[in-house]
Formats: sequence, structure tokens, C-alpha cells
Amino acid sequence: MSQEKREIVIPSQLLGDAKGNKAGRGTFIENGKIYSEMLGILSKRSNYINVIPLKGRYDAIEGDFVIGIIQEAMASSWLVDINAPYPALLHVNEVPWDVEFGETEKYLNHGDSVMAKILQVDVEKKLQITLKDRNLYKITGGYITYIEPSKVPRLIGKKGSMISLLKKHTRCRIFVGQNGRIWIDGDEDGIARVIYAIRKIENESLAFGLTNRIEELLKKNIKDV
Amino acid sequence: MTITPSIKRDYLSKLAGQGKRADGRTFNEFRKIEIETGLFSKAEGSARVKIGKTQVVAGIKILIGTPYPDTPNSGVMTTAVELIPMASPDFEAGPPREKAIELARVVDRGIRESKIIEVDKLCLEPGEAIWMIFIDIHILDFDGNLFDASSLAALAALHNAVIPIERLRPDLEKLQDKFPSVKKYLEEHPTDYTIPLKEPPISCTSVKYNNVIMIDPSLDEEDIAESRLTVATDKNGDIRAMQKGLNGSFTVEEIKNIIKASIDNGIKIRENLYKSVGK
Amino acid sequence: MESDIKLIDDNGKRLDGRSHDELRKIKIEAGVLHRAEGSCYLEWGGNKVLVAVYGPREALPRHTQNPLRAIVNARYNMAAFSVDDRKRPGPDRRSREISKVISEALEKVILLEKFPRAAIDVNIEVLNAEAGTRCAGLTAAGVALADAGIPLKDIPVACAAGKIDGHVVLDLGKEEDNFGDADLPIAISPRTNEILLLQMDGHLTVEEFDKALGMAINGCHNASEIQKKAIVDKYQSALEVE
Repeated sequence: MSQEKREIVIPSQLLGDAKGNKAGRGTFIENGKIYSEMLGILSKRSNYINVIPLKGRYDAIEGDFVIGIIQEAMASSWLVDINAPYPALLHVNEVPWDVEFGETEKYLNHGDSVMAKILQVDVEKKLQITLKDRNLYKITGGYITYIEPSKVPRLIGKKGSMISLLKKHTRCRIFVGQNGRIWIDGDEDGIARVIYAIRKIENESLAFGLTNRIEELLKKNIKDV
Repeated sequence: MTITPSIKRDYLSKLAGQGKRADGRTFNEFRKIEIETGLFSKAEGSARVKIGKTQVVAGIKILIGTPYPDTPNSGVMTTAVELIPMASPDFEAGPPREKAIELARVVDRGIRESKIIEVDKLCLEPGEAIWMIFIDIHILDFDGNLFDASSLAALAALHNAVIPIERLRPDLEKLQDKFPSVKKYLEEHPTDYTIPLKEPPISCTSVKYNNVIMIDPSLDEEDIAESRLTVATDKNGDIRAMQKGLNGSFTVEEIKNIIKASIDNGIKIRENLYKSVGK
Repeated sequence: MESDIKLIDDNGKRLDGRSHDELRKIKIEAGVLHRAEGSCYLEWGGNKVLVAVYGPREALPRHTQNPLRAIVNARYNMAAFSVDDRKRPGPDRRSREISKVISEALEKVILLEKFPRAAIDVNIEVLNAEAGTRCAGLTAAGVALADAGIPLKDIPVACAAGKIDGHVVLDLGKEEDNFGDADLPIAISPRTNEILLLQMDGHLTVEEFDKALGMAINGCHNASEIQKKAIVDKYQSALEVE
């Protein structure tokens, strides 16, 4: 986030007139006025008034990369928990393997984790995901942790600056799903340091100068902290 | 139902094999314990306990009741635990299920069998009127180890509890007209007084996974635990209650080690308890 | 209830020293629990209430799902130790009725159409009760919903007014609730003054009702300021970490 002054807004807060402004994300219009519908940070960009949510469940958008956990293997599909209000459906046609009818458990089972992409979100918010992409697969090894979805942009940083910092200093592979789930792989010490840094980023996500503080933290050995 | 990814289980298991825990504690170390008492004016005694992020409150209500026929001179004590839906996305509203019932009964036994409450001092009129002590425990935030948090909250609340002579004076005066021993009791206890208590037993819970035993399981550790053992010990290092849970097993050697760790931690926790209740 | 207690003296002073339109002290803290997605701890006079919000999450069992919008399940519960005579654990008819009217009040201000087939679960736990628990519970629920990041048209707030010894007063206390002549709890959407919850029992003339309603709405606005400050304070401090 840039160094603009950050203002916290709450639901029902008056943000501006509908005349001359456009109601963006996280807002609603009533009687010609724009109000916030969320607890969040006010963001004004070229007449668009937006509220960036501070909290809340993951709101799936087609094309998002997410980490899912298999809930249930059914005859020709799987139900996957992607930390949205609803589980997503993964159909056998959307995986890179040739799965026979009723043989879904051979490939993915309850508790397995996958890197997936949101394929479709319909009107009723029914979700479908896919594994058919170069970078998508069943995850093995490593560790999975979690951060509020609203804090994912902070964890990634401007042009990936924050996440690159974490990868460089810990030599770990890190994948951040838009749904707040994070996969880390490396040696135990590296993983522990990444987890520690993530917790710090989570607690201080709104503060300025965070990237520098995290860099300082990573340069030290975690045992000295 | 919240699912634990199998990757997480494997990672914690691997860490355990290397002698480590995810939050950096040693195997014999408890998380930070905070105890607060006297929170609720309506309750005769109350306490809140936090073990790490697990948070539990206990309230004591004391009422006049009739004794059980086979113990006409004894006060009555009951313990209930509510796993209210607030504490976890996986807790459902409704009557207590086996987990809540087991939890309540284990906490109850720990208190009852240690005879910390001197129930023979709670008799108003033999066979007719006694004090009933209700311990109600509410789990507010679930992050592992409800047994020890609940037990400690119940004990702290008991140490904070007073017999409500003032609030129930009208009922007591009606009784003293009928029963001379109540008259004598009121002369000896003219106003609210703290329940007479003996030394409390302290409960310590350990879990086993990947052949490693650790005390005070966090939520993640409880998720992957194969077996669980709760041991309540008194100030002399004697055992007052035990409960094994889950469908794994323990070796005799493991049980002995758990008992030792429980005694050691019991001493520290008892000190913490006494400090918090001002003993 | 008949009583010899004088609830309000000739100078307009009530038993606890308040004047006729004075609220009891309210203290609110947002985001106090870890597992719940939103939470709020609230003290109102002697009332102590804790609210946790989960959701939106899939509404289960499936047959309760509404394909067009989310459903709201508010569950109001009094802890066994929260009252003078221990209350048996479990919902009684009173708790279930209160749960229903609170759910309905919340449904009006939550943007439900954004979450078809989902449920928003609001758990209201009264830990210490001293008259006006449903208003305290709903007010805390408003904060917990905002804290959970649930999209709202407004933050709902509740307050009661009543009549004691023939005088219309704001925010009945314990004895006033037991021995007073009327009780009028309401909840509003403070931005629009729309009434979301309204119950009344006792005896009021139409003029007395108008006076009581106006007083309760004012009381709601005062409580609303405290709600909003609690939410902003919680997250403002995160902005200022050194």
C-alpha cells in the first residue's frame, strides 16, 4: 500500500455524494449518497470511492489462485474447502489425471491439499475450481498456514516485494493463495522463520514501514528474537 | 467441520520426531496461564482462565436444596460444561454431546474425589436442607486443552465463592422457624462467608503422537493426537483423578513419565492459582 | 408487581442516582475472541454480554438454505450463573423468542443477497444479567458483525425505555424492570431511524408511548456512538504500530 493517509471507515459511514463520484467496491448508494458497507480502509482513485475490507471471508473471483483442502471425494468430483462461505467443486474433467468413475479417492482424498484456480463463480455463488494449469497440482510436503484474505495483498507486497523478501532470506518456496492459505516448503528452520514473519505481518499489516521491519527481522536468526 | 490438511499433520509429526513443537515450547511446558476471579456479580463465585488462546469462564451458583437420600448430611455439588457454539466453528448448539459430558464428568470427579469441598459442612438440617453448589463452565474460545482450562476455572471460581446468606436470608429465616439446627447455623454464620475448601488438585493433560508425549496440547496438537491422558495431582504429589481419551494407547513407561510431568507442572500451576485468588 | 419501593424520588432521581433520561454506563470492546470471525464484549450497567459471529458459511442442514440470500441465526443464551436463581442450561421459551426477534432485526441491516445459501451465526451469551439483556445483546451483535467484516447497511443498536411510578424513563435498571409499569425495548438502524425490533409490555397511554419511543431512540443514538468508537479504536491502534 502506498504512503497515503489511511482512514478506517465503518459500515454506514457517509463517504460522499453519488453526484460526481462513482461507488466502487465495498460501498452502496442510497438517496444519492455513497456509504461504506464494510469495516475497511477508504481508497479514493479517480473519482471511484472504494472501501478495502479489513476482515471477512474470502470472496472468490474467477481466475484467482487458491489453496484448497479436499473435504470429500465423490463419484466424479471432489468437494474442496477453499475458505469461502461455500465449498468448491472440482470435477474429474478439471484435473490432469485420467480418473475412472468412482476412483476419485485414488487421486485426492479427505485432507489432501491442492493448488487450484477458480474456474467459475455462478449467480448463486456456486464455485468450481480447476487443476488444469501448468502451476497447479496436488501439494506434498511443507506446511500450510493461514492469514486473513484481506491481508494477502500486504503479504505479497507491491510488485511482490514482501514475499520476495521472505523467500530470499529463508530459502523457502512460498505460495500465497488469494483465499488466505499459504504453503511453505523448505527446511524446518526456514519454515519456522517464515511463519514467524507472517504472524508479524498479520498483526502489523496496517502500519507503515513494515517491509523494512520484516527485512530486519529476517536478517536476524530467529533464535535471537 | 474444519479440516486439518494432512500436510500440517505430517509437519507437526516430523517436528515432534525432532523434539520440537510448532510454537517453540518444550514437551513439558504449558502455555501462558492467566487467571482472573470475581467477574460476575450475579454468580456466587466466578473466574476466567486463559491457557494460551483457549479461554474458559466458570460461574458458581449456590442454592438451598434437599440432600440425596443416601447422604442426608451432605451438601450437593454438580458440574456442567457448555461447549457453546461461540468457541469454535465446529461446536453446534444443542444439548451436550459426549465430548461435553466427558469433560464435565472428568472435571467434576477431579473436584469431588479430592474432597476439596467439605460437603459435610454444607448441611443446614440433616435430611431436609443442604447447600447445593452448581459449577457451570462455559468454553468461550477453543484452542486446545479444555480439560485443564475448565478444571482450573472451576477451582478458581470455587476459591472466589461465598455462601449467599444475605441473598437467601428470607428463605433461611423461614427454615430456621422449622428447624433449630438452621437457627444455630445462622448464629455461627451471620453473613456471607467463603466456602470452606481444602487443597485443590491440579489437572494436567498430555497427548501422544508419533511416539512423542507433550503436555498442554494446542489445537493443532490435539487434532493429530492419537491418545490423551489427564492426571490430577495434589500438593503432596499424590494422584487424585485420571482419564485416558482417544483411541490410541500408552505404554506403562509413558504413563509414568506423564505422571511426573503432571506433578511438576501441577506445583507451578497451583502457585499461580493461589496468587490469583489471593491465598 | 406491587412494591413499597419508591423507584423515583421527588427530585426525579432514580434508585441508582440516574435522572430520567440517563443511560447506564456502557463499555464496549471489539475483536476479543480468536476462533470467532467477529466478536464483541459489552458491559451495560451490570449486564455483561459476549457475542461471537461466524460466517457467512454454508447453511446446514441443506434444507435451511435459501437460494437467494443468507439466513441469520441469532442465538441468545443466558449462562446458568448469570442470574440470582441458577438458570437451567439450554434454551427456554423466552430465550428462543428473543433469539427470533434479534435474528429478524439483524436480517434487515445485513446485505444478505451477497451470500445465497449461506448462514450468518450470531451467538449472544449473557454472562451477567441485570435488566435489558436483549438490548445489550443486540448492540454487541452489531459490533461483532462489523468486526467480522460482514457487509452491513448500518450497525444496528438497541435500547429500552419504560415507565416507573408514573414517570417515563430511559434504560430500566434491575428493580425498575421488576417493579415498573411498562417496558419498551427497541432496536434501530441509527442512520435512518428505522425500527428493527420493538416489544412492549405494561401499560402506556399513547402520549407516554410517544415519549418513551423518542427517549429510547435517543438512547440508541448514544449507544451507537459508543459502538462506533469501539470498532474504530480496535483497528486504529493497528495503524499506529511502531
